This record gives sequence, C-alpha cells and structure tokens, in this order.
Amino acid sequence: MSTLNLTLHIWRQADRKAAGKLVTYKVKNVSTHASFLEMLDILNEQLIEKGEEPVAFDHDCREGICGMCSLMINGRAHGGQRATTVCQLHMRLFKDGDEIYIEPWRAYAFPVIKDLCVDRSALDKIVTAGGYISVNVGSAPDANDVLIPKEYADRAFEAAACIGCGACVAACPNGSAMLYTAAKLAHLHNLPQGQPERLHRTKAMVSAMDAAGFGNCSNHYECEAACPKDISREVMALVNRDYAKAAWVHRDRDDKGDGGG
Amino acid sequence: MSWFGRYLRSSIGAKHAMAVTGLLLLLFAIVHMLGHFQMFGGQDMYNKYAHFLQNLWEVKWPVRAGLIALTVIHIVLAIGLVAKNRAARPVSYAVYRPVMSSATGRAMAFTGLAVFAFLAFHILHFTVGMVQADYFHTLDPKGRYDAYSMFVRGFQNPAIYGVYLAGMVLLAMHLGHGASSWFQSLGWRHPKYPIDRIGTAVSVFLFVGYMIPPTAVLVGIIKLPGA
Amino acid sequence: MNLDARIPDGPIEQKWSKAKFDMRLVNPANKRKYKVIVIGSGLAGGAAAATLAELGYDVACFCFQDSPRRAHSIAAQGGINAAKNYQNDGDSVHRLFYDTVKGGDFRAREGNVHRLAEVSVDIIDQCAAMGVPFAREYGGTLANRSFGGAQVSRTFYARGQTGQQLLLGVYSALSRQIGIGRVTMFPRTEILDVVVDDGRAVGVVVRDLVTGTISSHAGHAVILATGGYGNVFYLSTNAKGSNVTAGFRAYKRGAGFANPCFTQIHPTCIPVSGDYQSKLTLMSESLRNDGRVWVPKRKEDCGKHPDKIADEDRDYYLERKYPSYGNLSPRDIASRAAKEQCDDGRGVGPGGRGVYLDFRDTVKRDGEARVREKYGNLFDMYQRITGENPYRVPMRIYPAVHYTMGGVWVDYHLQTTVPGLFCLGEANFSDHGANRLGASALMQGLADGYFIIPFTLGHYLAGVNAKDLASTTSAAFKATEADVRARQDKLMNVRGKRSVDSFHKELGLLLWDDCGMARTKASLEHALAKIPELREQFWKDVTVLGERDSFNQSLEKAGRVADFLEFAEIMCKDALVREESCGGHFRVEHQQDGEAKRDDERFAHAAVWEYTGEGKAPNRHIEPLAFENVKLATRSYK
Repeated sequence: MSTLNLTLHIWRQADRKAAGKLVTYKVKNVSTHASFLEMLDILNEQLIEKGEEPVAFDHDCREGICGMCSLMINGRAHGGQRATTVCQLHMRLFKDGDEIYIEPWRAYAFPVIKDLCVDRSALDKIVTAGGYISVNVGSAPDANDVLIPKEYADRAFEAAACIGCGACVAACPNGSAMLYTAAKLAHLHNLPQGQPERLHRTKAMVSAMDAAGFGNCSNHYECEAACPKDISREVMALVNRDYAKAAWVHRDRDDKGDGGG
Repeated sequence: MSWFGRYLRSSIGAKHAMAVTGLLLLLFAIVHMLGHFQMFGGQDMYNKYAHFLQNLWEVKWPVRAGLIALTVIHIVLAIGLVAKNRAARPVSYAVYRPVMSSATGRAMAFTGLAVFAFLAFHILHFTVGMVQADYFHTLDPKGRYDAYSMFVRGFQNPAIYGVYLAGMVLLAMHLGHGASSWFQSLGWRHPKYPIDRIGTAVSVFLFVGYMIPPTAVLVGIIKLPGA
Repeated sequence: MNLDARIPDGPIEQKWSKAKFDMRLVNPANKRKYKVIVIGSGLAGGAAAATLAELGYDVACFCFQDSPRRAHSIAAQGGINAAKNYQNDGDSVHRLFYDTVKGGDFRAREGNVHRLAEVSVDIIDQCAAMGVPFAREYGGTLANRSFGGAQVSRTFYARGQTGQQLLLGVYSALSRQIGIGRVTMFPRTEILDVVVDDGRAVGVVVRDLVTGTISSHAGHAVILATGGYGNVFYLSTNAKGSNVTAGFRAYKRGAGFANPCFTQIHPTCIPVSGDYQSKLTLMSESLRNDGRVWVPKRKEDCGKHPDKIADEDRDYYLERKYPSYGNLSPRDIASRAAKEQCDDGRGVGPGGRGVYLDFRDTVKRDGEARVREKYGNLFDMYQRITGENPYRVPMRIYPAVHYTMGGVWVDYHLQTTVPGLFCLGEANFSDHGANRLGASALMQGLADGYFIIPFTLGHYLAGVNAKDLASTTSAAFKATEADVRARQDKLMNVRGKRSVDSFHKELGLLLWDDCGMARTKASLEHALAKIPELREQFWKDVTVLGERDSFNQSLEKAGRVADFLEFAEIMCKDALVREESCGGHFRVEHQQDGEAKRDDERFAHAAVWEYTGEGKAPNRHIEPLAFENVKLATRSYK
C-alpha cells in the first residue's frame, strides 16, 4: 500500500468575527486508500499530539448523503470528482508531494463559524418559506388514489436527491443558491401534490433566497458541475418559467380570516 | 413597493428583464445587419433604403427611444446584478478553479461594457458624424444623404475596420453566453432542443453577417461610386 | 422500577383503537399552552415535532447537526415496509405483524408490533401526500420490492435513498411549522442532560455547539428521539456524530435501559482498509439478490487474484449451508457465516477480513448494462471507495455494526419509566426484539412520530396542569446545569496526552472482539474487566484542546466517548446475563448444530437496567413477554 506526504494550506479562523488565514501543514504517511476526511483526521491526530488545536470541519454520515461535509479543495467544491462529496473523495486521486488548498465554502450567506465550518442556515430558511406541501398528518388519501406517471416521479426524485450541502453556492462565481432552491421546487412541482401551492411556493422561496443575500444566477452552471448528486440545470429553467407566471399573473395569497362559524 | 418593482428587484425578475431586453436588442441587431446587405445592391439601393428610414420619423424616433430605453434598462440591471453578485462573496477564494463556465460567460460585464463603448463609437461615427466628419452629410446625385459612400469610406480605413472588427468580436462573445441564457432565464429548456448551442450559433451568424459588407469594402468588392 | 407496559386489554387487532378511544384529550385551545421539548430531528423526532405542532402544541426541537435535514435517518438506503398488499400477494397487517415478531426472534412486545403494522399503511399515504417521490410503475401506482425475512413484496422505496426522501418529507413538514412559528428549532445544539424534578421530566440542559453556551429549557414533556448507540463500537455504519448521550443521561436520571446487548451486524459492508478507517459504508442488502458470496476453499488461495481461483476451488458457503435461502439468508446468519470463514483463515483482502460478493455470473447472464441499471449507483460508490471495478473484480464485503435494537425502555405509550419523558425511534427498545428486519427502521421511526406520540403525549399532558411549567431557575435545573458544567470542566482539565479518538478506537476494538458478532462468557468477562481500566485511563490521559466556551469538536466527542465508556459496561453485562442466543445476540455457548439456540424458558423477557448510583452495580429488572398471537418457534433457514 502506498502512502503520501502532503503539504496542506488550510483556512484557520477562530470564530465568526475573527480574521482568518491560510496555515500550512505537512501531513505524512497518508494511505492512498484513506478518504479525504480521514486524511484530515490523521492531520488532527498529529496536531493533537503536538498540542495544537485540531482543524474544525463539518462531517457526519461519511457516506455521501447527509450533506454536512463542505470543503473547497484546490478551488473545486468537494474536490472536483464528479458526483462525489468530500467524504467519498479518496486520497488515491492525489500524488505524493501534492500541495492542497482547503478552504471553507465562501458566500455572504454562509459565514464562517470556525476554520472550515460555515453556517448554512440560510438554506433552511428557503425551505421554511415554502418548501413543503401543506398537508397535516392524518389527512392523506390512499397513496394509490393519486396516480403519478413514472417519468414524473423519476424527475421529482432526481431533483429531490439534493443533499443540501451548498456546493452549488460555493462553486457559483456569483454565490447563487439557484440550483438548491430550484431543486427543492422542481421536486415538488413534478408531482401532482405540489400543484396547489406551486406559484405561491415559487415566489416565496425565491424571495427567501434573495433575502438571504445569495447572488444571482448567471447561467454559468458551475453548480451543476459541483453538485454531488448530479442535479441538472433543467430544474432552474423550470423555476425561471414558473416565476414569470407567478409574478405576472398569479394573485397574491389573500390571508383574510373568515372567522369560521 | 408595487408587484412590478418587487419583480424587477428579485433575482429572477431581473434575469427575465435582462433576457427580454437583450433579446429585443438582438432582434434589432439582426434587422440592422440584414439592412447592410443592400450595400451589395449599389449606391442607389442603399441610399434609398437609408433615406426611407431617415424619413420614417413616426417609426424612427420611437425605435430610437425604445433602443435607448432597452439599453439603459439592460445596463442598469446589469450593474445591480454585478453589485449583488460581488456582495454575495465578500471573501474570495485563494484558489478557485471553475470547470463548467466559459470565460466569455464570466466576462459578461466586461464584454457588455465594451460593446456599449463600441456602440457609442458607432453612433458618433455614423449617426452623429463626429468620427469622420468630412464624409458626413454629403449628398448623392439624387440629393439624398450619401450613406453608401460614408460606409465605403469608413471601412476603407483599416483602423476603422479594426475597431468594428473588435466591436463585433466583443458582441459575439457577449451573445455567445447571452443568447443561450435567454432560453434558460425564461425557462425555455427542453432536452429535445439544444439551447446551450444557440448562443454560439447566434454569435457566429451575427458576426459573419455584420463583417461581410465591411470586409467586402476592405478587399475592394464594394467600391465608391465610379471607382 | 415500574415496568407496567400499559398494553390495552382485548384482542390484538383492537388494542390500538381501544387505547386511542380511552386516552384523554387536550382541548384545542389549550394545546398551545403546553410546551414540548423534542430532542432529535430524524424520522421519529422530526415527525413528532412537526405533528405535535400541527396539533397546536408549543414545540422546541433540538439537533446537533447544522440542519434538521441531516439527521442520520437520511442514510437509510433500502426502503420502508407497509402492509398495503398493493401487489396482491397475500400481505396483511397480521402478516407484517407476524413477520416482525418472528424476525425479531420473539423478543418484542406483541401489542407494540401489531400497532406498528397497523399504522404502516397510513405512513405510506401520508408520505405520498407530502411529496415523497417513491418509485412508481409506468401506470402511476407505487412500486414495491422484496426484502429479507418476508415472502411478500411490501417494501416501498426511492432508489437507494429512501431514508433521505422520507426525512425530507419530515423536514418539509417541520420547516412549515418553523415558518408558522409553532416549532422553535435549535440546530447545532446538543443535549447534555435531562432534568428530572420530583420524579417527572421537566426539561433538558443543552450546549450550543457554536458558542459553547450551556442553557436550560423547560417543557411539560420531553421526547428523546436520538437514535441508536452503534458508535459504541467506533466503527459502524452510523454517522460520526451518532451517540448514546441522551439515552444514557436519561438512564442515569432514572429511566430504565432495555436490552442493550441487542445490536445488529449488517452482513454487506465495505471492509476495513486500514487503522485510519473512520466509518464503514453499507452496501445495500438488495445486492444479495444477484451477487454470490464465496471464499476460497483453501487458505493458500486467499492471496490469489479471484479470477485465478477455479469454480471448484470456491466455497459458496451460504448456498452450501442454507440451500433454500442461500445468499438471501437473514442478516444475523449471513454475518456470522462470514465471520466463521474469516476466523477459519479463508477471508480475503487486507487482514483477511472480507468475503467476496461476486457478480460474475449475473454479468455473464444479464449483461453489464442490465446490472448497471439495477445497481449502478451502488457499484459506483463501491468503486469510489475502494478504487476497484466491481463489474470486473468481485466486491469484498464484511459485516459491520449497523443498528441497535436495544434502547431506553418505553411502555405502550412510548413513555419511559420517568413520567413525562418519552422515547421514540431507534433510541427506544420497543419493536424489533433481538433482530430488526430490513426496511423496518424507517417504518418504526415514522410510526412513532406521526401516528403514536400525538395520541399518547396528549393523554399524558391532559393530566398535567399547563401552568405547571418548571422554572429553569429551580433547584433541579440549577443542580443539573451544575453537573453538566462540572463534567465539561473535568473533560477540559484532564490535559493528558491521548486524543479522544484514540480511546474511542480502543473501546470499539475491544467491544467488536468481545461483544460483537459472537460473544462468550470469557470474552464478556474480559471486556468487563478492561472497560473500567480504559475508562480510568481516559480520565487520566485524555486531552481536549481548544476552549470550553467555543466551537470545540474535541469537547463534543469527549463527552460522547465518556458516555460510551460507561454505557459499554451495561451492554456487556446484559450480554453476559442473557445466556441464550437470539437474533443479533449470539452466545457461542448456546448453539445447536451451529445455529443460534434461544432459551424461551429463561429469557422470554426484556431485560431492563436500572441505574443505582455512581460506582454501584445496576439492577436488572425484567418485563416478561407474552406471546398470545404468534407461536414461539425456532427460526430455520436451511
């Protein structure tokens, strides 16, 4: 089994307000079979041994689905292997002696909270604004009462595969969250259950996205290239179309209370 | 704020407006380009065409006003979008390696401004007559403005030809990203239609179309009357 | 310890209806006056928080991840069972009930399991209405697939990410309530203790993981939905953050902890490749439909390239030992068989800890394209992790810790032995007995959260005065907060030499060897002797760098590992006392012809551990299990 010696340039920042900087570390004898995060584990063990504070980075499931891991590696979100999160990126893709730059996601809406960890609560706020179908538990019809063509269900699934990691924002030259927001919308809008609130939802979620301070989509599609779940640019076209309808002809929700009986 | 104000300030509303204004400007550019081909019909044909347009003032001024408005909206929105995009990434990456986007796509603000500067030059040249004032406002034998000769004299000058060539290269770069973007921004995407290639097609079409008459002048296919 | 399970009387089919009718209700206008604390935002916790908020309760929900969408339910791959009988293949609520009790090796409570089977059908309806993109047939109806331990197709799925899709449904419902303001969400906030006052749960003490601030939150009831404790083994398929702290702290505050030795080992995971390994990745059980499991017949062939080993030199041991079930034998059996081959020195790959899962014959029969269509995602994942192409070279797999059936003891109302403290999902012990069937964990989490707790919690709250919300400045809160702070300081102040992970790894290895797939009296006694030593070393030599009152991942880990170091002891004790083999608990001494041997005479019960104080031995209580609707029988898969 071959091993690597690497030079790492890692962003260190004590907290949200502190100034940060790139710090250079050497890490030795990393197995090529280790994952990228395991390489950072090894670095951290070496730092602890020396009495230095380990590097903070977000991670949890380490199998590419929770969306917690979030590193910009040599200028590429998640390291640049197609459809792969950092946790599944393996060191065999690197060469002995490589220099690796590791930075946090950079966006106004994703402030750094420590080292490589950022606050992505802006993504949650977009969903809170309307990324749901308003149906209370207990009020559902039999699941087979609503037939959904397989093609639609598949397209909904492909959009719903988004793991909310924020790589699209990180990779976008404009720091736009368009692919994320559009994936959420396209998931629901390819399903009949999503239709009743479709235009309201589109407006509400786009407003929340704008309010969070993300940039604008300029159709560069860096997001698509960075997406670990291969979500297509098609979802954004769908939202652009819906938004036109929502803005020009959809009536705003009338929230007059009717007082009931 | 009215719904329309909110719409134009929203990220997608602004994109729609960029797309629509851009598309209308392109339509003008195509018609404008096609008109130039009458240069191949000779002085009389071209001047007749120019004379017709010049005197169609019920259309001319509204079109001019419209073009100015479209350009202003396009530029003002672009400035707003660029400002927001800059603000959306206050700290830039030490290393950033884009993979999917084109250099022309990322240079839209630059090419846009450059095209605008070119347009200013073009208007000073052919509309206001400040660039080659000597050739401006001369009349043809039928007493019409001699647009034909002005065109030929302009492009017989390699420096002027060079400016226009550069202008068209910039416009082609701008449209290379822009023309595909309309379809995406307005949501007209379907896997059956290769909209991402439309930008290149439109750029090439426009570039070639615009450069044929000036090049014909430069290489001597189109000449001054009597030359 | 009061272990009255409060199972309603009457025929099993009517118990849940009867219970629902007998339960007290809270007036709709009064619901908002009740504050409910939910810890965890996975399928169970997130569903509970959203549903209780829909009803009108004032809910506070906490998760340690940065978003409720990342709870570990998200990683479930295969599917969710429901007795819909859409395939017309003879499924029914009773059959799902029967399969689950039998699959659990007769160590689960009949009443709970039947209720689970009943509400399973409502779960699918609810999820579809919320927009969960389940797999569909061309005609638009829902698709099903088969899973281990059942002879009907009742598993609903969304490609290989059913867990994520179900969790996104929960997350959307939860987000809706957050938006309306009925749920206050606390992400990146970890529970460190449960506050019990006068015998009732009145709140929790939590740590804001970003600032390190310790704070108290009071509620009329506390719901723990904090997942399983598989990470006690260090290497497992669980997320890195999964931990036992909430359940273990509840145990220390008086909640009984049931069957901690019931842990599930999943047979098809990617093997360990080195000592840097931080987690194990599951390869879906569905692969065993087409892959053939084998090892070389001769030890000396183990180092050879698999292509160089002729068919007659290969031992397709599952097909040989279990001719009728073959490669689709249940999880516990397939796992132990793999271990036997490797113990026999015929394992393959680094360290000889792996067996082949070979698709050669399927690729030959159906073509690579067909295999890619079915399993493409899984094959890609395997290739990313191992760097080997499974279309050409057989996969190497090995069992790994995957799920824990044991957990905080709860009654039929999902209430622990501490009134006002409820426990849902994998964190409780209730429904899977000694072995969980595939695609049943998602079902249980959602059943608990969507359809059970909304009723049973109302029943409890109807007996509590809304004005009696505890004050976070009360003596009980102050004392618990002081305990938490003291613990944090103690961890910070050891200032030893060894990292938290090094202790966790050592503990994991010890447990895997002594309390893993096969357990003996000697191995368990060995572990019970070693654990206190390791714990002592931990408190002498661990180092936690950084600041206490700041974002400090080492401190988070240290707290969790400290709890694992104590918890491991009751797990081993439980395994030692349970002198039988059942489900995931295999005692080498108790087998017949190489198969697990249950002892229904002595062990047809749930073992419930009661904390008796620092340094004192815990008490073992039992809740006898009665089987009135399913006949106790020995499982056979030959």
